[in-house]
Amino acid sequence: MKLVMAIIKPFMLDPVREALTELGIQGMTVTEVKGFGRQKGHTEIYRGAEYAIDFLPKTKLEVAVSDELAERVVETIQKAAHTDKIGDGKIFVIDLLQAVRIRTGETNADAL
Amino acid sequence: MFRLKNLAGLGALALGMTASVGAFAQEAAEAAAAPVFNNGDTTWMMVSSLLVLMMSIPGLALFYGGMVRSKNMLSVLMQVFYTVCIAGVIWVVYGYSLAFTGGSDFIGGFSKAFLSGVDTTSAGATFTVGVAIPELVFICFQMTFAMITPALILGAFAERIKFSAVVLFIPLWLTFIYFPMAHMVWYWAGPDLVDAAAKTLAAATDDATKATAQAALDEVLADAGFLFKMGAIDFAGGTVVHINAGIAGLVGALIIGKRTGFGKEPMSPHSLTMTMIGGSLLWVGWFGFNAGSNLEATGLAAMAMLNTFVATAAAALGWMIIEWLAKGKPSLLGIVSGAIAGLVAVTPACGFIGPMGAIVLGFIAGIICFIFCSAVKNALGYDDSLDVFGVHAIGGILGAIGTGILVNPDLGGGGVYDYVAGEVGAYDLSTQVMSQVKAVVVTILWSGIGSAILYKVVDILVGLRVTPEAEREGLDVVSHGERAYHM
Repeated sequence: MKLVMAIIKPFMLDPVREALTELGIQGMTVTEVKGFGRQKGHTEIYRGAEYAIDFLPKTKLEVAVSDELAERVVETIQKAAHTDKIGDGKIFVIDLLQAVRIRTGETNADAL
Repeated sequence: MFRLKNLAGLGALALGMTASVGAFAQEAAEAAAAPVFNNGDTTWMMVSSLLVLMMSIPGLALFYGGMVRSKNMLSVLMQVFYTVCIAGVIWVVYGYSLAFTGGSDFIGGFSKAFLSGVDTTSAGATFTVGVAIPELVFICFQMTFAMITPALILGAFAERIKFSAVVLFIPLWLTFIYFPMAHMVWYWAGPDLVDAAAKTLAAATDDATKATAQAALDEVLADAGFLFKMGAIDFAGGTVVHINAGIAGLVGALIIGKRTGFGKEPMSPHSLTMTMIGGSLLWVGWFGFNAGSNLEATGLAAMAMLNTFVATAAAALGWMIIEWLAKGKPSLLGIVSGAIAGLVAVTPACGFIGPMGAIVLGFIAGIICFIFCSAVKNALGYDDSLDVFGVHAIGGILGAIGTGILVNPDLGGGGVYDYVAGEVGAYDLSTQVMSQVKAVVVTILWSGIGSAILYKVVDILVGLRVTPEAEREGLDVVSHGERAYHM
């Protein structure tokens, strides 16, 4: 099993969710996060005070999938979240050791 | 004794409507025997009083609150609300008496403490001979000025002041700074007494009666505040309210010190939406402040109203344009700040100048206040959290001096009315501007020195600042045990 974690532009969440649903993904976790990469921040000015805003708002998406699906999920997210502009985000894939569905106690593949 | 011939030499100065708001003379009204109040005037002054209350709460509270970080939102709202309440109580107990009864040139007496002797039939003078409004509505109207003025100061040391320090400082400041200033600028015997004494003098035929009449007139003219007699004109309170509060704010910001993390951490406004709502309520309320200061619902009140519209609009545009040019983007906070700068600048001028003069005054105020709130403030490095000095003191000074120039009938102004002569007096640029400058200097010294002493007293008694830990945590939770937003 793999945990696919993607940091994407907030307004790309819907297209990504739709594409993953089409692929048969049945659940995901979404968090609002902040961070910076090559896009860097911007400057805000309030009267005389200028602030460099280093961290930009992004959306973090986590999907636990079977090994077979992992590659297609990564591909799908990459395509759906792609705008070809700096700041599109990144995808990380991590080995997943165990999964449990709390309601039934099912484990691993059955729990996904 | 202030002599008539000195006055005549000064043109309209001392006799002019030095302080539009101030006019009040119970004695005059009594002499004229039970005046009948005009219901229109009375209604207008009641509405104006409510409008000025709305300027403080929620107007100023939201304008300021939006500009602080969310962890300090309630502390600002609370401080403004407290100031309004304490000022209202003190005003009727002894404030009104200290400001608006005769006494010395600098402060009134206690003859109307606890509103002694004031009832529903008591008359308050206006600026027209033979026209009065109920003294009670004048007390209400002036009360709202005593409420908002100290509240303006709060923005200078927002986000780090101890609430107990605010609780102590506000009544002290009202007592020792505001009431004397209001007396100095606004108190005079009123038009009826001046007019009656001047007519007696004119009617006098032989030398003996002339001398007596002259002495009587001198006495009436001498019964006024220090700055009023100096001939400074201030329609709605540029000196008493804005320069006064702006200087007290600067002194406070300097004595209390910068916010922890100032210049290193972002301290961006948490809700400019609130600031826009508050700023707009201030604009609407300001019609009560400015046009209400005419004390009658007349054409001159309409002129003050019109000037308050256009000076504000021009100042907002001035700030927007200069900010766009200087910083690359026109901001909402900028346009709203510009509007407030324009309102401040037109306050002393609104009943004396014409609409075209108001546009010029406002536009210049928007630009100069922008420069003070950005370049000058950064260069000097003081932390006046919400720019009380840059907007109110600077805007107020511009307005005071601008009034002296734009009152000129040749520039569309209305001139200054001379109650002794019973007509608009001759205008002289240098005399009028010098009177304005003197009033500004007196206000700066009185407020600056007096406030510094009061801050020190409060510091010794309860301490001015919260601890750095409390500042990090936020005043809402630490001082008031609550949070503005639960999300």
